[in-house]
Amino acid sequence: MSLIQNLPALQVVLPLFAAPLCLFLRHPRLAWLFALAVGGAVFAIAVSLTMTVGEVGAFSYEMGGWAAPWGIEYVIDPLDTLILCLVSGIGLLVLLYAGPSVEAEIPRGLIPQFYVLYLLCLTGLLGMVATGDVFNLFVFLEISSLSTYALVALGRDPRAQTAAYRYLILGSLGATFYVIGIGLLYMMTGTLNMEDLARLIPEVADTRTVSVAIAFLAVGLSLKLALFPLHKWLPAAYTYAPSVVTAFVAATATKVAVYVMVRIFFTVLGPIDAFQTLPAAVHETQVVSFLAILAMLSGSAVAIFQPNLKRLFAYSSVAQIGYMMLGISMVSVTGMTAGLVHMVNHAMIKGTIFMALGALILRLGWPRLERLDGVGYRMPVTFAAFVIGALSLIGVPGTSGFISKLYLVKAALEDQHWIMAAAVVLSSFLAIIYVWKILEVAYMRSPPADAAPVREAPLIMLAPLWILALANLYFGLDTTYTIGLSESAAEFILNYTPGEGPGFEHPLLTGHGAAESGGTH
Amino acid sequence: MRMHSVLRTSTKLLMPPIMLFGLYVQFHGDYGPGGGFQAGVIFAVAFILFALIFGPDRARAVAPSWVTTPLCAAGVLLYAGVGLVTMALGGEYLNYNVLAADPHDGQHLGILLVELGVGLTVWAVMVSIFLAFVERGRVETTAPDPESGDAPRD
Repeated sequence: MSLIQNLPALQVVLPLFAAPLCLFLRHPRLAWLFALAVGGAVFAIAVSLTMTVGEVGAFSYEMGGWAAPWGIEYVIDPLDTLILCLVSGIGLLVLLYAGPSVEAEIPRGLIPQFYVLYLLCLTGLLGMVATGDVFNLFVFLEISSLSTYALVALGRDPRAQTAAYRYLILGSLGATFYVIGIGLLYMMTGTLNMEDLARLIPEVADTRTVSVAIAFLAVGLSLKLALFPLHKWLPAAYTYAPSVVTAFVAATATKVAVYVMVRIFFTVLGPIDAFQTLPAAVHETQVVSFLAILAMLSGSAVAIFQPNLKRLFAYSSVAQIGYMMLGISMVSVTGMTAGLVHMVNHAMIKGTIFMALGALILRLGWPRLERLDGVGYRMPVTFAAFVIGALSLIGVPGTSGFISKLYLVKAALEDQHWIMAAAVVLSSFLAIIYVWKILEVAYMRSPPADAAPVREAPLIMLAPLWILALANLYFGLDTTYTIGLSESAAEFILNYTPGEGPGFEHPLLTGHGAAESGGTH
Repeated sequence: MRMHSVLRTSTKLLMPPIMLFGLYVQFHGDYGPGGGFQAGVIFAVAFILFALIFGPDRARAVAPSWVTTPLCAAGVLLYAGVGLVTMALGGEYLNYNVLAADPHDGQHLGILLVELGVGLTVWAVMVSIFLAFVERGRVETTAPDPESGDAPRD
């Protein structure tokens, strides 16, 4: 097999192999440079996979050479490439930014371990996207979650440990619910392959087992993606985690969980319309849109009253997840496009904002609102990037946030969901309030007279910060890539039909051409 | 524990069979129930039992952190490395068929190496976690522990 054919495996295996190697690089800077090189290679693989899918369409890869429904299959389709590029791109930028920030916030002896965990988390996130097997997805879910718990616990504040512990309990609960769900599906169909499941599920759709499985999957994944009211782990985890971890996790982890939700409900359970028939909450409005609206409004409203900027934007993330789920819950091509494009745009927005906050923390310490008087004049370059991110968060025209909200409102109006459109606008107004509070402190007040002059963050941190900030502006003006990729992904996922089943019998049953498999793992 | 000769003696009697059984589960995993994960846990149980009875210091002497920590990584590297080798030899990731001239031998060799990797990592992680918990209080309370330090001779 050529290198190109092996790319789906390498996408996941490269960071997996590199992670333990970091442990042997005792010097912090060496570990960082190594992780950075790996991050670059992973992003390059994601880009070349995107180009391949653009040319030849979705394709699959058989792990270990075992044929698809029996072996583990990796499937790369338009939706996957969108998320792979997003995760690996953000992963690379955050790694570039990580060097000085990690040296300042993590004890020196633990820095190689930090990069081990970071690369493992990246492995898990990429694996969840690349795989075509629901149990393999669970394994990667656990790889990414376990490393994230440890990363959160590395925060300097002692409360990081309680935050990580709460995240551990709720995250494990979510993962357990997910595995119970797929266990029940396996019980009814005897397969774990996504395409095979989609093929077999209509026959057993009306059984109670499948209904229970759907319930477990919906609750478990909602916990993982922090859908209101299952978001309680998120604010503390984002607040007390090291800045680098917050930037990375906020921009990628919940996005991948949203992706898994879409993947499970629209491809695996797509043929039986499981998502559309989740118990309705109010009249014909789906329960997910109802919760999404509550998330948008409550998240934004709570954010207004937070004095700690990291916590403020953590609550804002809860609201933003609401936007994504709202778009997805409309189950139209425009709605799904809006949800997916907001995943990408919000990753850029929150990446920018949390990176800027990390730079503030590096120079000024804990980012509480009352300590930021005149910070716009004290660190102008950093704060200008922050302002771009914040404007994009509100959805000012010319930023990428505007594009997502435009599509959301457009999708809502297309289907005459007036309340949804109103909720998007109202939540954006609330966002204006909390962003204005910060800008007022930063620009309208003068710095305290006794304030020591501060330097800007180092260039290596400013560069990725500004790349993301400018990306916010660029993708606000040119939507060829974001909307284009999201639209093709949305069309693909909504019109998903499983292919024909395998044309041959199980190789072990017919006894030709296969060696026996080994012991259990 | 110095006085409990029953516990000490029975531990010494039990340890070799536990370890032997761990190795059996490891290498017989190709043919019967078992495999690297279970073997790693069983092998670690011997160390944990030893640490419970004879104290963490003597356990650390056998499994110092400069052994356990790199082994945590080495097992993963062995597993993933086998996959990379099969890729380099022209197969899919973890397609053991290409590891030897005969696909049958290749499968045997591949699963053996991969399970060895699993076993190493699981053993190292189990021992590390247990000793980390046990040693946790000792670093903070520096009061000398009469049991630690000079190990009993027999």
